[in-house]
Amino acid sequence: MSAAVEVAEKKKSSAMYAGRPYVLLERGWLAFRSSTWIPVVTGFVEPVLFLLAFGYGMGNLVGDVTAGGTTIDYTLFIAPGLLANSAMNGAIYDSTWNVFWKLNESKLYKTMLSTPLGPLDIALGEISWALIRGLVYSLGFLTVVTVLGLTPSVWALLAIPAASLVAFGFASFGMAVTSYFKTYQQMGFINIILLPMTLFSGSLYPISVYPDWVEKIIMVLPLWHGIELVRAFWFGNITSGVLVHIAYFVAMIAAGLFVTSRRLRALFLR
Amino acid sequence: MNTGIDVPQIQRYGALYIASARLKSMSKWKAIIAAVDIGNPLFYLIAVGVGIGVLVEKGSGTSGTNGIKYIAFIAPALLANSAIAGVMDETVFPTIEGFKWRKLFFAQNATPITGRQIALGVYLSALCRAIFSVSVYYLLLIAFNVVEFGSSILLIPIAVLGGGAFGAIILYAAAKIEKDDQFFNILGRLVIMPMFLFSGTFFPLSSMPIYLQPIGWISPLWHATELGREAAFDYGISNLMVAVHLTFLSTLVAIGITLSMRQFERRLAK
Amino acid sequence: MSKPLISVRGLTKVFGDFTAVNGINFDVAKGESFGLLGPNGAGKSTTMRILAATSTRTSGTVEILDKDPEKFGPLVRAHLGIVPQEDNLDGELTVTENLFIYGRYFGLPKKFIKAKIEELLEFAQLEEKRDVKVQALSGGMKRRLTIARGLVSEPDILLLDEPTTGLDPQARHILWDRLFRLKEQGVTLVLTTHFMDEAEQLCDRLVVMDKGAIMAEGSPQGLIKQYSSKEVLEVRFGSDRNKEVAPQLSQMCERMETLPDRLLMYTEDGEKLLEQIAAAKLHPTTSLVRRSSLEDVFLRLTGRTLIE
Repeated sequence: MSAAVEVAEKKKSSAMYAGRPYVLLERGWLAFRSSTWIPVVTGFVEPVLFLLAFGYGMGNLVGDVTAGGTTIDYTLFIAPGLLANSAMNGAIYDSTWNVFWKLNESKLYKTMLSTPLGPLDIALGEISWALIRGLVYSLGFLTVVTVLGLTPSVWALLAIPAASLVAFGFASFGMAVTSYFKTYQQMGFINIILLPMTLFSGSLYPISVYPDWVEKIIMVLPLWHGIELVRAFWFGNITSGVLVHIAYFVAMIAAGLFVTSRRLRALFLR
Repeated sequence: MNTGIDVPQIQRYGALYIASARLKSMSKWKAIIAAVDIGNPLFYLIAVGVGIGVLVEKGSGTSGTNGIKYIAFIAPALLANSAIAGVMDETVFPTIEGFKWRKLFFAQNATPITGRQIALGVYLSALCRAIFSVSVYYLLLIAFNVVEFGSSILLIPIAVLGGGAFGAIILYAAAKIEKDDQFFNILGRLVIMPMFLFSGTFFPLSSMPIYLQPIGWISPLWHATELGREAAFDYGISNLMVAVHLTFLSTLVAIGITLSMRQFERRLAK
Repeated sequence: MSKPLISVRGLTKVFGDFTAVNGINFDVAKGESFGLLGPNGAGKSTTMRILAATSTRTSGTVEILDKDPEKFGPLVRAHLGIVPQEDNLDGELTVTENLFIYGRYFGLPKKFIKAKIEELLEFAQLEEKRDVKVQALSGGMKRRLTIARGLVSEPDILLLDEPTTGLDPQARHILWDRLFRLKEQGVTLVLTTHFMDEAEQLCDRLVVMDKGAIMAEGSPQGLIKQYSSKEVLEVRFGSDRNKEVAPQLSQMCERMETLPDRLLMYTEDGEKLLEQIAAAKLHPTTSLVRRSSLEDVFLRLTGRTLIE
């Protein structure tokens, strides 16, 4: 019996899952090792630029902000929101454009599915890779913010796992959506949807400036939950509301994984 | 000999042939173009203009914006930025596609059409997109009562001039580069984004630390924005500065288009 | 014969209202080199995908090493080496990285794969390209690497879909040589092809497929013997005259096929037939005597040529 068959018989693998999502991380690392650092560096620069522009430029016009009963400096206010945002961006980039490429151009997933790997291995592995990328962005951003003296307390460290959960949620959701897209035009709409969500979800100003009904709509959007979650940990304001945000992301992750693995099976194992 | 090909005619109007071919291919993307060019600035206007506008009013009032309401203050900048982004899309993508991905320019150049005409044609078609989007966006500004109809109509040519100034330079850059894999990343995140954030778009340039202000001075967006504010609201800029802005932008157009035409000719002859 | 490795009965695959595979039966024995020969669209690739456990069937039974690929997909795939029609190597990785990560997809230990890579690089004659990104390889090298990749897991069966399509003649011969070695080592090969010379070179046994059905089955020599004569005389009289002389010529041989550009005359002795034609004062512009091939078998069975 060959080693490969031994592995396959020993592990009780199902049609969906061989229990090896980590090989996708290995693959991601091999590919990343020899690729350029530019996308990572630039992805990290973006939220820093926002922080500088809105913090220092806008800070002069705005002054202090009152949110959730406390009044804080505007720059301090936007930092956690931008952290959540950068976690989302990192995760979305890897789970949409990269996934689109591997689905439709390089056919990498098709190749993987001709081995004993299952769709859930791919979904979990790929989403974890996006999550790691989101985590790297978050850590970079936190470092900059700390150097600038904008970190309120050690609580801010807890914002990192919170941001990772946000990244996981968006990666999972992003991959699920991408698995339905066939053309570059359709992919273009992802950005068109992301921008308003980014702008309206309260990273740059408290959503209480809007009428009630607008606020309610925003509170349905995932990024608002992400920003609120990260902000709660950032300032150490942990209330029961945090559980709602966590539940929101757990549901998003589960739904995304479910849809993605089903869809991969429908695409390549029919 | 009568082949139906009028060579002198082509030599005279070649650039227009190229431009019309480009416009035809753009029309396939019209839904995305409209969504991006009009949607993006509109989202910024509503989110930042209204959302942060509330904060600014509570903070410094209109004292930081020369007495102009915040939402009106950012409108000319968003208009110019929309022109810049649109012109960039229509110069960078077709140029790299034409030279590298599909090598369309080489086929066009095999007819009596010259490289200089191709460069000019691509540029003109990009300006057409800017004129279209900016005009629609201007009408929306009027409809939402953000600006008053009148001399503010000058916002349209000013924004197109700003887009044209940036586009002429970027057309040259796109024709010059050989390796494109990281070009979009660098362009988007290290040129467009900082320019957008630090050109006095959301707050006066002078409210930034002095070491960040030079970004604005060399940015076509800042020059177009200042001109636009003057045209729409009597912003209080001296005639001398108006002349400086106009000269800066027109010089960029002249230099950029001269360099581009030469570069197109050279690269096609290679 | 011991129990076959692959056993297919009444296999049918329907896409919408198109029947790609229509109730086919065949067995593949251990160590055998088995071919599916047929033109594009004959249903070969669909059959291969079902064998590879990456496609479901509409009806019929398939057993690979006693297992239904539909029920035991991952386990069946662990027994198989796949060489798809289009090169789907990982373009972001180097030659060795491609082999390495593919082994990891099978869950193989890193140490095992590293040792295996050396062996496979030698087999694929890619030692000097080991750290080159695969985009920089030639078509023939890519195909050899794809085959080597399929062997990382030491499969019981290697499935090759059109292994030499798109390669130049030299690259094809190198590839055939490599596949021949595998055959000698006792690897079971299942391959599809629309090249009759490839089928003759590589297959111990093959089925001729057309429009989703199996038309004939046997060894290349056996099929030729059964469905064709020993020799073929190809004659051309120029496109207009071919038709004119056809009735007269068809009297002279066992069987004749009229193609758009030439006439194929089936006979035991081509030279003798050519003399007869000359004696009848018919002078072809060109003539060629050759041995019968699978192409002729296919023509006989379907009335069409393999490559159209």
